[in-house]
Amino acid sequence: MAASMTSGVRSTTLLLQVLRRGIHQSVSKGVPTAAENVSEPAGRHVVTLVPGDGVGPEMMGSVQEIFKTAGVPVDFEEYFLSEVQSAQSADYETVLESFRKNGAGLKGIISSPHTFKGTELQTLNMKIRRDLDLYANVVLVKSLPGYITRHDNLDFVIIREQTEGEYTALEHESVPGVVESLKIITKAKSKRIAKFAFDYALRHNRNKVTAVHKANIMKLADGLFLKSCEEVAQYYPSIQFETMIIDNCCMQLVSNPHQFDVMVMPNLYGNIIDNLAAGLVGGAGVVPGESYSDDTAIFEQGARHSFATAVGKNIANPTAVLLAGCNMLRHLCLEYHANHIEEAVYKVIKDGKVRTHDMGGYATTAEFTTAIVNSL
Amino acid sequence: MANVKRLLCKALSHSGSIVQAQRCYSSNRRKLVTMIPGDGIGPEISCSVQKIFAAAGAPIDWEEVDVTPVKGADGNFHLPQKVFDSMAVTEVGLKGPLATPVGKGHRSLNLALRKAFNLYANVRPCKSIEGFKTPYEAVDLVTIRENTEGEYSGIEHTIVDGVVQSIKLITEQASMRVAEYAFKYARDNNRNTVVAVHKANIMRMSDGLFLKCCRHVAGQNKDIKFKEMYLDTVCLNMVQDPTQFDVLVMPNLYGDILSDLCAGLIGGLGVTPSGNIGEDGAIFESVHGTAPDIAGKDLANPTALLLSAVMMLRYMNLGDYARRIETAALGVIRDGQILTGDLGGSSTCSQFTDEICRRVESIN
Repeated sequence: MAASMTSGVRSTTLLLQVLRRGIHQSVSKGVPTAAENVSEPAGRHVVTLVPGDGVGPEMMGSVQEIFKTAGVPVDFEEYFLSEVQSAQSADYETVLESFRKNGAGLKGIISSPHTFKGTELQTLNMKIRRDLDLYANVVLVKSLPGYITRHDNLDFVIIREQTEGEYTALEHESVPGVVESLKIITKAKSKRIAKFAFDYALRHNRNKVTAVHKANIMKLADGLFLKSCEEVAQYYPSIQFETMIIDNCCMQLVSNPHQFDVMVMPNLYGNIIDNLAAGLVGGAGVVPGESYSDDTAIFEQGARHSFATAVGKNIANPTAVLLAGCNMLRHLCLEYHANHIEEAVYKVIKDGKVRTHDMGGYATTAEFTTAIVNSL
Repeated sequence: MANVKRLLCKALSHSGSIVQAQRCYSSNRRKLVTMIPGDGIGPEISCSVQKIFAAAGAPIDWEEVDVTPVKGADGNFHLPQKVFDSMAVTEVGLKGPLATPVGKGHRSLNLALRKAFNLYANVRPCKSIEGFKTPYEAVDLVTIRENTEGEYSGIEHTIVDGVVQSIKLITEQASMRVAEYAFKYARDNNRNTVVAVHKANIMRMSDGLFLKCCRHVAGQNKDIKFKEMYLDTVCLNMVQDPTQFDVLVMPNLYGDILSDLCAGLIGGLGVTPSGNIGEDGAIFESVHGTAPDIAGKDLANPTALLLSAVMMLRYMNLGDYARRIETAALGVIRDGQILTGDLGGSSTCSQFTDEICRRVESIN
């Protein structure tokens, strides 16, 4: 079972690479001879852009400005998708189709309405994840050079299953005042995410995978998740495998976070750990994340907050979205541009002269963006 | 059953026919507390607490009970009857760490006690201890966790092979109860904000119900400020700036996670007290493990159990004794001369205890 999954994903990855190369070649072949002198790849990439609510549009403006200055060969197909401002929202199916067609996208955070009006239990974010089958969420927690926090030199990765678990939106009121909410854990999806985590560890030269769970209480559900991880771990003898109970894990994260490398967990725990870990290295504004299905990759903030209170104030920190954008460029095999922009971002932060409010500075979003543009 | 016993005991105590009860209601108002020393380092740290209480002259008498499960007529293991008898009289217990026997389908003893006495709210004050350095300073918050339902309802089943369904149960009754307690606690302890922690953007009906109950209770307690926050936002803010929080109230799983996270901020479970408040009594406990590796070696740190006992005194309206013992204990840690190994010192449990005893006698 696991073996067939292994080859399945590997062949998909291979296929994607071949396809991508194919596109480059066909484009360069089709272009007249003058283009052959251009050292950068002549093919332009199209990606989907969903700015999201809150400060999303401001952040994406910053990304677009920097990408433009750096001459990144990426064109954005922009759609405004929103649940709280549904009148202005683009058609959901069109956005979905765009993601499917482009295979990659940059996404802001879509706010969920505060009140539940008794109709749809699923929020738009959950729907996108489910419809595109974006099962793996990866959050890269890394201390920024030159930015001092309580814990230095952190570098670990959180991998979260995000299509089942507590986020199934299966709830009902059995009798008035008694509500049941179902958490679903399946063997197939648990194994899939475990395999993703181990493959990720292998590909990125990491040594250890920690499965986070609460199997002492949820013996069947988390028990199944844990068992699936253990089964998959057998196929990766070079990677160390550990398990940890979620409450202990949170305690360890605030007292001794250096012990972690790659972490894998079910949905809700992922939400908790993502945010906790983001807090350790500087907050929601600096941690990038990415979500993968078998054929689509969406890049976004690691800690998903729309920061609605900061709308229009020009104070939000675009670092997280910028770093996510760089990771998207890498995913598109635009390594050169990714490194170029990433170095500029790191440089501005390290110099420490221009920092946004959340990092203890006084710069506005626009000033911070300009500083990065200038150091490109 | 427990209620009947309690009434019976109360009736008897008024006629003065039980020796213990006489003590309970004697002129100097001494009170009886059930003591569950626990396993591993439990007996040592319980002994330490008893010594310190004696030195402080706290009007507490202890009734020690053993909670080792006994095999009942149905072949299952149960808590011994003595625990129920004792708690029925005292209504207050102090408990050291318990080791849950491995295998054979033993249910956790902690869980059994929680069920038996209907302990619906778990209260954990997390306050930075001066002199015990962690990366976080000036933490002073309280987590109040619903303790009887939620994700820990224990209702789970395999639907088909490879598909498991686990039910999170939220009821209005339990949510109201814990919300009311949170506001009461805030008022009794001079705290001014209660934050309801939830995930109602995802679990719209279940956490929605919890939130609705909190809002309702908040409406009746206008003197206390009320805020609601998503669990993930709380986690994010907690590790960045824990000083912004005061009292937090939440469903079971979130409480489990956040209370341990907060304990991590102030130095771990070895210094974090905990109380379980119920309708038929309250049990205060240290939530750390049994530490079998140092058991019996006089190396254990009794701080968590001692601070839990201090919470217990406050619960029993013996605030003055609580203040004296707390001041003495925190003073010893702050001075940093006589500390147990886990606090960075090299003293034994008895030396640490004696030093607290010495100080408590000199504090008025």
